[in-house]
Amino acid sequence: MDFLQTLKIAIRALRTNKMRSFLTMLGIIIGIAAVIAMMAVGSGASYVISQQIASIGSNIILVIPGSTTSGGLRTGSGGAQTLTSDDARAIMMECPSVAYSAGTVRSSGQIVSGNMNWSTVIMGGAPELFEIREWPVVNGRPFSQQDEDGAIKVCLLGQTVAENLFGSADPIGSIVRIKKIPFTVIGILESKGQSPQGTDQDDAVFVPLRTAQRNLVRSQRSGVVSAIIVKARSEDLLAEAEEEIAGLLKQRHRITNGKEPDFSTRNLSEILAVAEQSSKAMSLLLGAVASISLIVGGIGIMNIMLVSVTERTREIGIRMAIGAKKNDILLQFMTEAVLLTMLGGVIGIALGAGGATAVSQMLEWPTLISIQSIIIAFVFSAVVGIFFGFYPAKKAAGLNPIDALRYE
Amino acid sequence: MGDQQFEALKGVSFDVSAGEFVAIMGASGSGKSTSMNILGCLDIPTSGRYLLDGLDVGGMTANQLADIRNKKLGFVFQGFNLLPRTPAIENVELPLVYAGLHGKERRQKALLAMEQVGLAGKENNHPSQLSGGQQQRVAIARALVNNPAVILADEPTGNLDSSTSEEIMILFTSLNLQGITIIMVTHEHDVAACAGRQITFKDGRIISDSLIRRAD
Repeated sequence: MDFLQTLKIAIRALRTNKMRSFLTMLGIIIGIAAVIAMMAVGSGASYVISQQIASIGSNIILVIPGSTTSGGLRTGSGGAQTLTSDDARAIMMECPSVAYSAGTVRSSGQIVSGNMNWSTVIMGGAPELFEIREWPVVNGRPFSQQDEDGAIKVCLLGQTVAENLFGSADPIGSIVRIKKIPFTVIGILESKGQSPQGTDQDDAVFVPLRTAQRNLVRSQRSGVVSAIIVKARSEDLLAEAEEEIAGLLKQRHRITNGKEPDFSTRNLSEILAVAEQSSKAMSLLLGAVASISLIVGGIGIMNIMLVSVTERTREIGIRMAIGAKKNDILLQFMTEAVLLTMLGGVIGIALGAGGATAVSQMLEWPTLISIQSIIIAFVFSAVVGIFFGFYPAKKAAGLNPIDALRYE
Repeated sequence: MGDQQFEALKGVSFDVSAGEFVAIMGASGSGKSTSMNILGCLDIPTSGRYLLDGLDVGGMTANQLADIRNKKLGFVFQGFNLLPRTPAIENVELPLVYAGLHGKERRQKALLAMEQVGLAGKENNHPSQLSGGQQQRVAIARALVNNPAVILADEPTGNLDSSTSEEIMILFTSLNLQGITIIMVTHEHDVAACAGRQITFKDGRIISDSLIRRAD
């Protein structure tokens, strides 16, 4: 028997009970729609996370000072003033796995331009900082080594700061006052958007590290930095770079073995891994929920197919008497079940894609519908049909033609 | 019943020659249905042989039997047994579908069979749109379409009124005159009278096997 004929018979059988066929499909439709929508939202979420993490820069290690005790009170980590610009330079010179290293200081304060003012984060950073964070200047020029060495009073503005102080006017060459000290604006940084923690990375003003150390922050000794940002040569070298940095700083700070170091290192790819893991766990959970609904839908298919086999016992008997082989009957009922689930799959895919698009438009949340997820959903719906259609089809094919013909 | 054995047929032996029209008669429980099932290759005797068109049917697999039913036999049932919601022509085509015929050839053979039973023009009617007699004609066309060695008719007039019964019997007789072998189970004597030979069963045995003169 040719497949086209089998398909025709299956379509006729499904059309005979339109409402029942639709209700049977509904389980698969909902299951597949859920899979598609959840995969779209999930991959949208991981896209957002990976964008945010990429905005920090890749292969980054953060070195921060340890805590210190003063008058019996311990500061938290980062409280001690143990790291210096020299440490940052030494890391870059002496650690082979390190590409760049930049000391930074951080402060906050008011920045004034003409009659406008804005409170923001003030970052002092060595010129390498922008290489490490992969953060180019879109207008004007970046810091030069002369700016750094001469502690020149120049600054780079983040997009948010530039907009709030200058609006649409070009700020390059203007004088702004940071903590009442005049600085020349030499450039505007590219927009970075939100950090993984949710802060606006563009709401900051950058000055050369030495300028900041001399004019904007107070410290017990010169050259103190609040953190050192390091970029490893590659992702594979991150762990090695971390070890090299720890070894070098212990040596420079004369910390003997067994003593607690006065600094700590953090690998930002760990944050990435955690974020990825949580988004993976999320998709796994969503996937599990969706698969359960698919299994429930599949059981619905099996149930209805069993009813259908019983209802059509006589038809099966006629077909067998006329010359249908067991396989013809098996194939016919399998085709019906698979047709049912694949049709449900197609409707579900359309519904899921539509739902995901609606979500992304209403909540302004990016959703990604991958071809891969559509193929997976389609194949899965066919597999559900084959799996849950097999038993009823087997039952139909196993009928004795004499009994089937006599069935009332 | 259960594991109890019941001998439905005992020592039954008969030959049917090509071109014969045989009526099998007997009360219910006489073994005529069992013998029809065996003749129709739907059942296999526990012991004994059945040669159909020179082929020994015993020991064949289910698939081989399905093939024999498809190619050598045509069935006509008391309850017509047409597929509902399926046009008459497609009902007639069904044996050809399982024989693996396609498209035009299949349609042409089916149309020819419809014509043979006098139903030209009713091809696209569904069984529910046809009278009982017409439905039985469709069933006969379906039995004819594969050029079978034998047409097996199980109480073909049981569900029909007497005038329609007569039409169907005239159709059978004319088909027989064209050389088609027919074996028919019936318990109506006037229907059996159309056949050229009557075999009567009782309690699983043949009690009479007689040639009769045609009623026409």
